[in-house]
Amino acid sequence: MLARLGLEPGEEDFYADQLSGILAHIDRLRELDTEAIPPTAQVVPLENRMRADEPRPCLTQEQATRNAPEVRDGFFVVRAIQEAEP
Amino acid sequence: MVTISDLHDRLRRREISAAELVDEHLEVIGREEPRLHAFLRTTEELARGQAAEADRRFAAGDGAGPLTGIPAAIKDVLCVEDVETTAGSRILAGYRPPYDSTAVARLRAQGSAFLGMTNCDEFAMGSSTENSGYYPTGNPHDPSRVPGGSSGGSAAAVAAGRAPWAIGTDTGGSIRQPAALCGVVGMKPTYGRVSRYGLIAFASSLDQIGPFTRTVTDAALVLQAISGLDACDATSADRPVDMLSQLEAGVEGLRLGVPREYFEVEGMEPGVKSAVQTAVARLERAGAELIEVSLPHTDYGLAAYYIVAPAECSSNLARFDSVKYGARDDSADTLLETYLRTRRRGFGTEVRRRIMLGTYALSSGYYDAYYLKAQKVRTLIAQDFERAFQRCDAIVSATSPVVAFPIGAKVDDPLAMYLNDVLTLGANLAGLPGISLPCGTSEGLPVGLQVLAPQWGDATALRVARAYEVISGGGS
Repeated sequence: MLARLGLEPGEEDFYADQLSGILAHIDRLRELDTEAIPPTAQVVPLENRMRADEPRPCLTQEQATRNAPEVRDGFFVVRAIQEAEP
Repeated sequence: MVTISDLHDRLRRREISAAELVDEHLEVIGREEPRLHAFLRTTEELARGQAAEADRRFAAGDGAGPLTGIPAAIKDVLCVEDVETTAGSRILAGYRPPYDSTAVARLRAQGSAFLGMTNCDEFAMGSSTENSGYYPTGNPHDPSRVPGGSSGGSAAAVAAGRAPWAIGTDTGGSIRQPAALCGVVGMKPTYGRVSRYGLIAFASSLDQIGPFTRTVTDAALVLQAISGLDACDATSADRPVDMLSQLEAGVEGLRLGVPREYFEVEGMEPGVKSAVQTAVARLERAGAELIEVSLPHTDYGLAAYYIVAPAECSSNLARFDSVKYGARDDSADTLLETYLRTRRRGFGTEVRRRIMLGTYALSSGYYDAYYLKAQKVRTLIAQDFERAFQRCDAIVSATSPVVAFPIGAKVDDPLAMYLNDVLTLGANLAGLPGISLPCGTSEGLPVGLQVLAPQWGDATALRVARAYEVISGGGS
């Protein structure tokens, strides 16, 4: 549910089986003592690069919205986020 | 088969026009594509327009570069303005990016002619191109076998003569492994060498863009053209780009590390091992000094990778909400149900599997045990390479432990499929450049020799690969 994948009931068992096998392999990471090891999120040393906050050419509203399934008056249309009142 | 360098010479001497080159390649694609399915779509009109412009540049004698007028195929994960780009996924069917990825923009500025978008595993997740949301691609050496993946369409297109070269991406081996299985050259540059702007993201700390070519020199030419700082990608590096000046320097006096763990991985086929050992011995006879090195955490690489990459993918693919772009299932009334139905219909099995794995590894209560642990093991793997590179200039090994396997052989066993990447994914975890080039055959199918170099040592990897090409009588 967290991943918004919409699993069907039969699929749950299929994926549970496969993911158990993969996680069993991944569990070998526990063999390693990493208490004193720093984590790596990013391998190449980087510094923030700033630029002047000035307007630059960019996509037009039409370009930015033309791939959307539904657009009205230049805006994305989003479905209701709540159920209708009973 | 022709190389970029040959074609450039013939174009410059006006022996052939760019328009003729494009027509020749489109003709081959039109005639033979049903055998392999290397492409998802071709872009005839675009290619012909670019070729006409290239011919004008040659005629005017102004600014024609090494890639001007040369046809190229593009993996379906790099945005090309106004050309349908789907990452091999149904969820992006019909998506026409409003802008070019930086690598594509640089090729366009050089005067490349884009033949079409090549097939790949959905969102570049896979090692066989069987996870494409559209259809599998055949290996040109035996169409009943896979071309490798995820950039299998690009590798097959180059190996089968449908494009002189192609662009791909490599997150765990997705350029090098298909290059090995199809018998062509494929290179993953140092992380940060090529801008990822406009690349449909899979795992952002691992993804790199690189070339498939028929020769090492061609790979160097392409890399020279697409590398360099880009204001649109904060991880792109401001470093000098010189892929060519050391290319012919040979291996005499170079120290080549031979990692013993890489020759003993699970599932290594004897024919692959012996072909690579023979290649390494030839490099030694050419004057390289072989040094046995150790990468002690090799056995943990796959496990770390299959936490880090799915975690990043689960985050990156959250953007496919059917609001801003992509296919939408219109049968639902509420936003939540629309998400669920759209993503159920739009994503294939492997993508769903990785999103689940990544979401799980990042979830509260499991984060420390999985994601943080994997990041720490990533440090250990990067340190293994750092230590090894204190004693050698480059590392040589097989690219893939196996040759091309039959279509369908591993689709039901994800772990067996993941093991294809065991020799390549270390370079992604550590950000290293790596190249694969052909080094003989096993059971009649191509074997790849992998050369890895320290970060920013792309030119060293190319130099060693070029030396092997010379020894083996390949290249031009």
